[in-house]
Amino acid sequence: MIRFDRATKRYPNGREALGAASFEISAGEMVFLTGRSGAGKSTILKLIALLERPTRGLVLVNGHNTSSLPARKIPAFRREIGVVFQDHRLLPERSLFDNVALPLYAAHAPLREIDKRARAALDQVGLLDRAASLPMELSVGEQQRVGIARAVVSKPKLIIADEPTGNLDPGLSLEIMDLFRRFNDVGATVVVATHDLDIVKASGLREIVVANGRVRDPGAEPELPHMEAHR
Amino acid sequence: MTGWLTRHLQAMLFAAGRLTRAPLATGFTLLVIAIALTLPAAFGLVIASVRTATGDFASAVDVTVYFKQGVTLEKAQQLAQSARERSGVDRVTLVSADEALKSFREQSGFGAALDVLGDNPLPHALDIRPNSEATTPQQMEALRRYLAAWPEVELVQVDSEWVIRLNAILELLRRLVTGTAALLGVGVLAVIGNTIRLEIYNRRAEIEVTKLVGGSNAFVRRPFLYTGLFYGLLGAALAAVLLLIALHLLGAPVGRLAASYGSSFRLLSPGWREVGSLVGVGAALGMVGAWMATARHLARIEPRA
Ligand SMILES: Nc1ncnc2c1ncn2[C@@H]1O[C@H](COP(=O)(O)OP(=O)(O)OP(=O)(O)O)[C@@H](O)[C@H]1O
Ligand SMILES: [Mg+2]
Repeated sequence: MIRFDRATKRYPNGREALGAASFEISAGEMVFLTGRSGAGKSTILKLIALLERPTRGLVLVNGHNTSSLPARKIPAFRREIGVVFQDHRLLPERSLFDNVALPLYAAHAPLREIDKRARAALDQVGLLDRAASLPMELSVGEQQRVGIARAVVSKPKLIIADEPTGNLDPGLSLEIMDLFRRFNDVGATVVVATHDLDIVKASGLREIVVANGRVRDPGAEPELPHMEAHR
Repeated sequence: MTGWLTRHLQAMLFAAGRLTRAPLATGFTLLVIAIALTLPAAFGLVIASVRTATGDFASAVDVTVYFKQGVTLEKAQQLAQSARERSGVDRVTLVSADEALKSFREQSGFGAALDVLGDNPLPHALDIRPNSEATTPQQMEALRRYLAAWPEVELVQVDSEWVIRLNAILELLRRLVTGTAALLGVGVLAVIGNTIRLEIYNRRAEIEVTKLVGGSNAFVRRPFLYTGLFYGLLGAALAAVLLLIALHLLGAPVGRLAASYGSSFRLLSPGWREVGSLVGVGAALGMVGAWMATARHLARIEPRA
């Protein structure tokens, strides 16, 4: 599903955020990206969503080489990926329904399907009865759930989330992680970048540790203790 | 096909929603566009009115050719035929000496005096009417020379030189209006383009998120093109309304003024065809302005994480 092969990202200002990172995430897996602030977690997610291309090395996502994917194919590529942000990025003037339906509009889905799927996604995050509300009428946790509904509405094979629980109290964080696990249970590959090591430990899921732009891939270092939990 | 239709309907609804969300700003923009479109339309209408009012004269640029005494009727007919074959000539009427005398008798009341003369003193003559596209001063002069070169011709008389001048003035004005209209059209393009540019930057976050969830450039662009189209259409419609109001207010006084000079001049009202082309021009300017703005600014907005 995802393969980084000595992928390096150097930003235009010369900062090397990721150095020759190699790891693989297979289809149907749920993985955490952990590491200090500035370690390069967001950079990895940006490379996956093709918000950035690697400076050197290879990033393969859903069978596409992101370095050589032509610009006109990027929209279709992104439609196969659901993205969740820490700051949820909801459109403040649009109803929850319209926010969640945005990827379907962008994919030119038929109106009936848009209606059906957007409602189903809102229902999955427990907010169907608020479909007509505006984002600012919700609590932070609820807003984050709407962001997740938008990410999953077109049933993407891959869901990536950048610190989705960053602004939430521990109880809410668990709730959000539960949501991700539910989508993972029905087949989606999920990659979550997080600071919240408690959640990671409690989940027993695989963790890819990023430090200073270097990736310690437990898959390549089978002696690491938490491998048991993963396999 | 239905997919195509819903796509465009959605984009149209979004665009319409955006316009109504800031009615005051939209109103001002529309007013600016309308004024820029009204001015050339109004001048164009005035010129068309003058043209219509002088139209009878304009096509009445007559050239009369008087033959020398003693030129036979057959020769005159022959020459009339050659005149007819010349390009730019609409109609040639041969007025024989006898006919001329007869009408002179009937109209002048000097019939008895003519009887005294015995011989008919009037020559054969040709009434030549150039067609209305061939009345520039140069063309008229060329025609006059051509006719005067015939040895049988005594005199070539070009009537109504002022009509030729009027036509020249109208032509000059028409070109001035065309030039002004082109300049104002560029102005409308700039206004619409700039409005769309601001709109794009106001909706930066929305554009980024839309691209992030897989919206193509075309998908993101579409509502902006409709916004431009609506500005153009509504601006032009407003221009038509302004024009009709102005006509309503000015029509009667202009008529009275003209009547006081013994003229039946009146301002023409634009017909459906004129209103249609005004709205068409507005729509085209709106689309083009929006297209230029989106081409320049949309591609620059890329999603970040
Ligand atoms: N657009 C950019 N231009 C230049 N440097 C950048 C850019 N984005 C990130 N960086 C730098 O790259 C490094 C890695 O950043 P990144 O955002 O990937 O870290 P992170 O692990 O997500 O950190 P955090 O946990 O604080 O979100 C940082 O040093 C950061 O300053
Ligand atoms: Mg980050």
